[in-house]
Amino acid sequence: METALALTIGVLVAAAAYLLLARDLPRALLGFVLLGTGANLAILAAGRVGTMAPPLVASGAEALAAGAANPLPQALVLTAIVIGFGLAAFALVLVMRAHAEFGTACAEDMDEAERPDEVPATARPALAPAAARKEAA
Amino acid sequence: MRQFLLASPILIPLVATAVTAMLWSRPAAQRRVGLVAATLLFATTLGLLGEVLSGGMVVGQMGNWPAPFGVTLVVDHLSAAMLVITGLMGLAVAVYAMGPRAEERDRAGFQPLFHALLLGVAGAFSTGDLFNLYVWFEVMLIASFGLLVLDRTREQLDGGIRYVMLNLVGTTFFLLAVGLLYGLTGTLNLADMARVAPGVENQGALAAAAVLLLVSFGAKAAVFPLFNWLPASYHTASMPVAAIFAALLTKVGVYAIIRVFTLVFAHDHALFGPLVGAIAMATMVVGVLGAAAHYDIRRILSFHIISQIGYMLVGVALMTPLAIAGSVLYVIHHIVVKANLFLVAGAVRQMGGSFALARLGGLWATAPLLGLLFLIPALSLAGIPPLSGFWGKLVVIRAGLEAEAFLLAGVALAVGLLTLYSMIKIWNEAFWKAAPEPAPAAGWTRAQRLATFAPIVLLCGVTLTIGFWAEPFAAFSIAAAESLLDREGYIAAVLGAQPTRLAEAVP
Repeated sequence: METALALTIGVLVAAAAYLLLARDLPRALLGFVLLGTGANLAILAAGRVGTMAPPLVASGAEALAAGAANPLPQALVLTAIVIGFGLAAFALVLVMRAHAEFGTACAEDMDEAERPDEVPATARPALAPAAARKEAA
Repeated sequence: MRQFLLASPILIPLVATAVTAMLWSRPAAQRRVGLVAATLLFATTLGLLGEVLSGGMVVGQMGNWPAPFGVTLVVDHLSAAMLVITGLMGLAVAVYAMGPRAEERDRAGFQPLFHALLLGVAGAFSTGDLFNLYVWFEVMLIASFGLLVLDRTREQLDGGIRYVMLNLVGTTFFLLAVGLLYGLTGTLNLADMARVAPGVENQGALAAAAVLLLVSFGAKAAVFPLFNWLPASYHTASMPVAAIFAALLTKVGVYAIIRVFTLVFAHDHALFGPLVGAIAMATMVVGVLGAAAHYDIRRILSFHIISQIGYMLVGVALMTPLAIAGSVLYVIHHIVVKANLFLVAGAVRQMGGSFALARLGGLWATAPLLGLLFLIPALSLAGIPPLSGFWGKLVVIRAGLEAEAFLLAGVALAVGLLTLYSMIKIWNEAFWKAAPEPAPAAGWTRAQRLATFAPIVLLCGVTLTIGFWAEPFAAFSIAAAESLLDREGYIAAVLGAQPTRLAEAVP
């Protein structure tokens, strides 16, 4: 079981890495979702996959019966799923807004935020004599 | 009372977020609630600091679950200082956000998002549990996403995408590391993890998980080579947002690095010390060179955030008491100064009409007070005595020399000089040179002017106080460093004298 989980996590993370390298933003977003799933499975595996007995305290008992599944990773994964869903939803809306605004979902075609600065006249390097002559002419 | 004080830095922003969100259609009421909440937050964090100074570390078990099982809140010297600075910044930016264009911002939802951001930051500084830290990171992150694209301009959407994508991957790495560490140590409580970590059999796997944490915290703190998202996005945000981002977001990453690497992975310092040292040097140099190449005030300041992060990592790189004290002092000084520079940049934009140095000029003649208020944080950032940055740099460099890390100390000195170059560049272009065209009349009301200048003057006052009266701040930093290095004390304070053995209970 652990081997199968480890292999699954490996495949998920590899696929996520491939997708995240894409310039197409929806693909990168899918990569993030896959990476999150891989991380969630890793937490589940880290909590030791043992019995399938549900971690419920029997009525009248004070503690969990021995051999019950570990409830903590399940709680963690549940939290992580909710957070991951929220983030993915926000990112999707952001990509949609950007697509509507720029007419493309390709990261390379969006260059609004990192335009070259306007260089003040005093900070411009002195022109080489040939270029200065050209400028004057 | 102590328990109440401990939880209030989280409760106050939480309530403020809820109330301001419910007042969605009434921006004026939101602003009033926001200001009250920010003032209360600052007051309670000061109370908490007093409590830590008089009675030592404040520890609370949420929901009354004993230590390694429930979520623990721990506030020691470093956390208390960070919380006070968070409160101060929250107050300063809450006032500043009443300045020009307040109405538009509040209609777009600035207030709830701003308090949600403070909630995430305060939670991250108070928690003593690794998974809980992840949750606070996410609270902070999702609020920052919303704040960054508040105006929904093309520039912001583009910057937002860069910011969101890299941070999503960074936090997933954090989640992966949490899973691996839980598998290795069987616990999520930081104190319990610190107790178990040196005895873990598979130290290689532990180090791998630590590197994953370093990558994710490093991406948050914008260290080399994971800094690209910061200069691509920060300058697009509106000024109050950029100021609170510059003050707090990267510093949460720095705080997490300091906390985790002095507590949980301290036994592996031989591996991580040189690694963090190399990262620190590269971060300083890359940041300052990036700033030298830019001619937009916001972009210069954004690159300087990166460069200064390097100084804060020196403590973790050297792990001597003096070096860690230097890091703590540097973080305190830097947050105040950096946020203030962004606030000043907003005022420059309002009075000079632009952020581009090419279009600015002559502000010293038209607004000498603004020039003075720019010089104080700018020279402090560069480390000119007797301002606060000088003491921060002095302690960091002296710690480097004492630990015989001469290269690190030399790089820190050279970067200080280049910082001065960038600051003088802004001064020459925006304030000193003749205005390229007559500056447009500053169209703002008296109240807006007051809201803009009051926080700037306040933060300048804090910078001057740290500069001229450095002794208590230095003594506090040394106490914080000693408490950070006293791992046994932290573990005992959180787990009690006889720790419950959770680690061994896991099959």
